[in-house]
Amino acid sequence: MAVTPAVGTISAAAQDSSTMTDTLRISVNGTPHELTPDPRQSLLDVLRETLDLTGTKKGCNQGACGACTVLVDGKRVVSCLTLAAMHDGAEITTIEGLAKGGELHPLQTAFIEHDGLQCGFCTPGQIMSGVACIAEGHAGSPEEIRFWMSGNICRCGAYPGIVAAITDAAERA
Amino acid sequence: MQPDGTREAPAAAALASVGQSLPHDSAIRHVSGSAVYVDDIREPAGTLHVVPGWARDATRGRIVSLDLDPVRAHPGVVAVIGPADIPGKNDVSPALGDEPMFAEEEILFWGQPLFAVVATTREAARHAARKARIEVEDLPPLLTVEDALAADETVLPDYQFRKGSPETGLATASHLMEGSLRIGGQEHFYLEGQVSLAVPGEDGDMFVHTSSQHPSETQHIIARVLAVPDAAVTVEVRRMGGGFGGKESQANHWAAIAAIAARATGRPCKLRLDRDDDMIMTGKRHDFRVDWKLGHDAEGLLRVVDMRLFARCGYSADLSLGVVDRSMFHADSSYYYPDAMIHSRRLKTHTCSNTAFRGFGGPQGMLAAERMMDALAIRLGVDPLDLRKRNFYREGRDVTPYGMKVEEHATLHAIVDQLEESSDYRRRRQEIASFNASSPILKKGLALTPVKFGISFTLKHLNQAGALVHLYTDGSIHLNHGGTEMGQGLFQKVAQIVAEEFGVTLDKVKITATHTGKVPNTGPTAASSGTDLNGMAAKIAAETIRNRLVAFAAERYQVPPDAISFADNSVQLGERSMTLGELAREAHLARIQLSAAGFYATPNITWDRPSASGRPFFYFAYGAACSEVTVDTMTGEMRVDRVDILHDVGRSLNPAIDIGQIEGGFVQGMGWLTTEELVWDDRGRLRTHAPSTYKIPTASDVPEDFRVTLYASAGNPSPTVYRSKAVGEPPVMLAISVFSAIYDALASLNPGTIPDLDAPATPEAILHAVLSMKRSRAG
Ligand code: FES
Ligand code: FES
Repeated sequence: MAVTPAVGTISAAAQDSSTMTDTLRISVNGTPHELTPDPRQSLLDVLRETLDLTGTKKGCNQGACGACTVLVDGKRVVSCLTLAAMHDGAEITTIEGLAKGGELHPLQTAFIEHDGLQCGFCTPGQIMSGVACIAEGHAGSPEEIRFWMSGNICRCGAYPGIVAAITDAAERA
Repeated sequence: MQPDGTREAPAAAALASVGQSLPHDSAIRHVSGSAVYVDDIREPAGTLHVVPGWARDATRGRIVSLDLDPVRAHPGVVAVIGPADIPGKNDVSPALGDEPMFAEEEILFWGQPLFAVVATTREAARHAARKARIEVEDLPPLLTVEDALAADETVLPDYQFRKGSPETGLATASHLMEGSLRIGGQEHFYLEGQVSLAVPGEDGDMFVHTSSQHPSETQHIIARVLAVPDAAVTVEVRRMGGGFGGKESQANHWAAIAAIAARATGRPCKLRLDRDDDMIMTGKRHDFRVDWKLGHDAEGLLRVVDMRLFARCGYSADLSLGVVDRSMFHADSSYYYPDAMIHSRRLKTHTCSNTAFRGFGGPQGMLAAERMMDALAIRLGVDPLDLRKRNFYREGRDVTPYGMKVEEHATLHAIVDQLEESSDYRRRRQEIASFNASSPILKKGLALTPVKFGISFTLKHLNQAGALVHLYTDGSIHLNHGGTEMGQGLFQKVAQIVAEEFGVTLDKVKITATHTGKVPNTGPTAASSGTDLNGMAAKIAAETIRNRLVAFAAERYQVPPDAISFADNSVQLGERSMTLGELAREAHLARIQLSAAGFYATPNITWDRPSASGRPFFYFAYGAACSEVTVDTMTGEMRVDRVDILHDVGRSLNPAIDIGQIEGGFVQGMGWLTTEELVWDDRGRLRTHAPSTYKIPTASDVPEDFRVTLYASAGNPSPTVYRSKAVGEPPVMLAISVFSAIYDALASLNPGTIPDLDAPATPEAILHAVLSMKRSRAG
């Protein structure tokens, strides 16, 4: 079976294949890890299965739903479509790393306040994507948010609340 | 309130918990990533992974040989299981014995499992599953409604409602009209796919974590395949990442395979379907062809309706009996048919077995009725809303084709009148007419359509529920009931009801996972009835404990029972006040039972299917939507510009949750009718088995101007829990207004000509309809 081509942010070290070693050093939510993943393992599987960070969800495992969105060096990436081995030296933020010192991130609070969730399965991905959407400067209007958030499916259709939450958090940011 | 729309609810009633817009019970866990779904449960040591195997080249055929040796030889494979490894019956069907766990002699659809691989990793199991050598002698598959009709193949007998004398009606009506509509199916695409983790115990016991809307049925089917008593199997469901009907019966198969694997290996076994397998193997919303004929008078008042519903059920019956019955129950939408023939056929095709999907057949029946209205309005050159209102149920014209009287028609009229006002329907109709007159390429359409949805399972025995409530001596409360949480907010609503009974805040009520060992023999969480049933059962259980406490405290403190009240996290006993925990401790010392089971059975339903008589529904939920769309007649692209919704939830238990259900249901219905298209090729292979080829609405598809208001209801006239109304399914059908608005835009191309548009109205379908409208204008 062919290895799925990786898409996403590739750290500088990983681009030069000669520097690729068996050891992967990544920082996840501020904690450094030294790992030896199977070279075919996706970043998502390393997060969920090796590091037990199950907040990041597997919706489709083919890059089309956004449930697995995390931040790699501050940029949003669908973690099911990128190999962990390509991110040596990267800083990764998952949903578990968003709250600081027991305080929810303002976007997390906004999702609760605006009922931006139902079954919750898309929520971690929506929030990570929303954090990046705001940071990218793509949250200027509900219309812009709808466009830039269109990679994250919410099958429950909680979109009005999701868009309202991001609008609100962007205004407060 | 949101910047790009409005969400309005009437002020909450004077209750502490019930009626409050509290967030979803797991909201904090959802935003923190700490809510645990089945795939997030830490796997017990030694857990194995299970992947079903199937024949990728066969749709229908006789299995000539199945060589699994190469599968067994694959590294990491621990076991390969097939029909011979099933201790009990090779049957995972809900009732009729027509769904094998593994096909034995004949393959009946593309994707049918033949065996399962159990391996140390999922990857190993996936790779191994593809190595089977399968030889199949192909047989010609039946794929379409027409194929099945020609072969006269059904999964269940035909069924009909007959009212008055439709033959005479059709023979004597002054005007006749007929048409036909094809309605596509829909993939659930619950964001969390099918998943089960089976953990074997001692003495043949099996504990299964799964994502099922019907844990009791999952339990019974596992017991059936394992050949153990039901009591040896325990099924637990804490939450699902979406269900929408797709886990009502469709979760059973995978839970049963996981359990068989766990039995065979003696180790915990997890089965999580890959998304493609999930879309290929599991059933979807039924697609239909509906042929209709109606007789009417010069004013457009319906005289008679003859509707033939042809449902493509797939290879087995599954829930098609009830699904298609519900299409028939809603083939009247909100309109009075003096004489009627509603006939249905449950056609057998060699495709996945179609199943429950939010609305359970109702949307298809209702869509056909609304199409009749739109087509008739175009023919008569009248406003479709006027025609609809003329035909609404009303006093003296209030008996449905199945004989039940519609009692609450005043609510239907009030909702439609209010929405007509608040959406500015009349003025916008005029504006759109002048826009269309001066816009050659872009055409706008506007439609206001009603929803009347019958609440209760039409299978009478499912209308029952149980709950289990414990009060501990520290004052904390353990809440359990037979309903399952799939995002709809059921757990929170029921907890609000229990908190209200004990006068405590929500943090005192511990919501616990649905568990077949706590509340047995439950029905599925479906038919929008989760809160109606489980909320009432939990209320009864809580009341039982509270009444015991009152009797005890009245005696102990010598206060009259009516001077005892539970509010603000304390118990008032005349002048004295204490916490619920203090009272519970005293009651415990006095040997008062602080645990109770509650049971509820919906009253006032008497439906008898064989004679097609009696009352199927406890009540109706109503709503209406007004949608405006713009169609690009050069490309077929369509945009929903504005949507106004007024919906009746009775007295809302939680307005925030109810509004979320309305918005979400509408978006899902809109997807079904516009972008979500399932395509099977001529060999019966589903070509749209991934989100890359199957278009689910995203944030950018949601109407820019989306206004949702809860109808200011005086409460459900039927005695439901706190006079609320069910809300899960009815909003899906509000999206019919979008389909009708597209039809309206198309009709403007050639006034008086009936457009030819099937569902879903994809850009391709719209373009096709535009071209045929233009051709008929030219010709
Ligand atoms: S799981 Fe990665 S995009 Fe769907
Ligand atoms: S909340 Fe269920 S998929 Fe978004």
